[in-house]
Amino acid sequence: MALIEATGLTKQYNTNGVPVEALRNASLSIDAGEFIALMGPSGSGKSTLLSILGAMNPPTSGKLIVDTISVYDLTVEMRADFRHEYLGFVFQQLQLIPYLSAVENTMLPLAITRRSHKEQTDMAIWALERVGLADKAARLPDQLSGGEQGRVAIARAIVNEPPILLADEPTGSLDSRTGQEVMDLFKSLNEGGLTLIMVTHNPENAPFASRVVQIRDGCMIEGVGALR
Amino acid sequence: MRLSGISLNNLRRRKGKMVFLTLGLFIGVATVVTMFSITQAMKADTERKLDQYGANIVITPKSNDLALVYGDIAIPGVTYDVKELKQEDADAILTIKNKENIATVAPKLLGAADVEGKQVLLVGVNFPSEIRLKRWWDIQGREPEGPNDVLLGHLAAEKLRKSSGDSINIGETEYTVAGVLKEIGSQDDSLIYGDLRTVQRNLGKEGKLSLIEVSALCSTCPIEEIVSQITEKLPGAKVSALRQAVMAREQTIEQLGNFSLAVSVVVLLIGALIVLTTMMSSVNERTREIGIFRAIGFRKSHVMTIILFEALAVSSLGGLLGWIGGMLASSLIAPRLAQLTVGVQWDPLLGIAAIVLAIFVGMGSSVYPAVRASNLDPAEALRSI
Ligand SMILES: Nc1ncnc2c1ncn2[C@@H]1O[C@H](COP(=O)(O)OP(=O)(O)O)[C@@H](O)[C@H]1O
Ligand SMILES: [Mg+2]
Repeated sequence: MALIEATGLTKQYNTNGVPVEALRNASLSIDAGEFIALMGPSGSGKSTLLSILGAMNPPTSGKLIVDTISVYDLTVEMRADFRHEYLGFVFQQLQLIPYLSAVENTMLPLAITRRSHKEQTDMAIWALERVGLADKAARLPDQLSGGEQGRVAIARAIVNEPPILLADEPTGSLDSRTGQEVMDLFKSLNEGGLTLIMVTHNPENAPFASRVVQIRDGCMIEGVGALR
Repeated sequence: MRLSGISLNNLRRRKGKMVFLTLGLFIGVATVVTMFSITQAMKADTERKLDQYGANIVITPKSNDLALVYGDIAIPGVTYDVKELKQEDADAILTIKNKENIATVAPKLLGAADVEGKQVLLVGVNFPSEIRLKRWWDIQGREPEGPNDVLLGHLAAEKLRKSSGDSINIGETEYTVAGVLKEIGSQDDSLIYGDLRTVQRNLGKEGKLSLIEVSALCSTCPIEEIVSQITEKLPGAKVSALRQAVMAREQTIEQLGNFSLAVSVVVLLIGALIVLTTMMSSVNERTREIGIFRAIGFRKSHVMTIILFEALAVSSLGGLLGWIGGMLASSLIAPRLAQLTVGVQWDPLLGIAAIVLAIFVGMGSSVYPAVRASNLDPAEALRSI
């Protein structure tokens, strides 16, 4: 069985009583170790799908099974525990806590574990080394460039070694050179066994993925099945 | 890093907000501490000065014969030897449970005496306690010292044509008029006051008393409580409270206490409102941040913990500073308040109470913002940039 099984996901938002179908009957099966690029024009429902896969946004209908767990049958607090254990998140921008240093931001997911401060620091430094930022561990976010901030966010997403990483337009606010660096980083993380699902509208990023899923007006139109 | 570490980092790097929150609680707690310690000092001061107001409990022998009236009090047994109080009764008063609240015990023996051919009412008193009790006495001459010194009431002196320094014969004994009381406008004016033992001997009533006046103040319990405690010790006596004097005194303190309470409540409410609005706006500013916390797997309770820990830290600081500030303020204000002779006491218990109060107010008004924060929908929070 696939690592992630999404079947018949539909999401309807209500804005001032006007229903908006952001996602229509989306089904997706993702195996462990895949690198998915979720592509489509703005407003097509990519972020909606990613937040549903990210256990943060209950679908109007449909089912999400991750590693045999039916995610939306869990209570809200158990879904938080699920995210903590299974998922890492990278967002487009403004994703670091402004008053925490790079290393503190990186160890954020460990703050709710029983690990000692030393253990937490060691793990955070290890993750910062993975993204090549160990030398800037003590800096605050506003003392880092946009690309460096993005890499701290990736370090935070992998610090407790979750099996799945979700990224929503991770290169959206970066220039093409630093965007390239981030993509290289993703590629190597994926080669290390991490399952990656990345929303992007940048066609240059597509070649890094093992599969491209196209989405238009809330409907999936391409790459739905798993690559064998 | 623990959740508390996140809170402390936030406070450390957002100093303006922290200073504002601390200030809100500081002002509230400082006001309460100032009001409280000044009220306490005034209570202590009133208790110390309570003799000034005169007696508020009168103890007389139980008897049905109304023989003589002293002031507004009927004194049985002056003309008839019915039942009389004894010196031991006066001593027993100081053994009641609330003996700390007894300020003065003034025993008296009354009797008619023949003074140079005229009938005069003679009162044997313990001069030091009597003078302490009757602050309104204005003695022309000197205070009595020896056993044969007497004080004359204004009318008695006129009637007997005596002034201070004269000698006077009461019964067979010769006395010295130490002083004459200025006109009071009551029955005291026609009395002769002598030393209790001498008068007892003179009247042939050694160790006996006609009445005992007691000055007591109990700020924490009603005067009835003291009356009943004395009654228990003196089953043969009639113990009555002079309600009016006591009520006026207790009312003043109570009014002061109520006023302080009202001011404290208002100021604390303002402090709570400051905390509530600051915390609320802080939560709104941190929407995205909270979305990140939730996305990486923080439970609602973790988010609550972060916010409430911030409130705890700020409240403890505000409470401590408020205590110190309040104590400094009241030590400055207290001496300026009329006739306050009792200083303000630095009580560490009040300090602990101040911190607990600040925590109660600070955390209490942060509960709603914390709940709001923890209920933020993470998908929604991350969408709003
Ligand atoms: N929380 C929401 N409330 C209301 N409408 C929403 C919400 N999130 C997304 N939408 C709407 O759903 C559609 C899809 O949005 P989104 O998933 O953000 O698209 P994309 O990420 O592809 O740009 C859009 O029309 C958007 O306005
Ligand atoms: Mg989007």
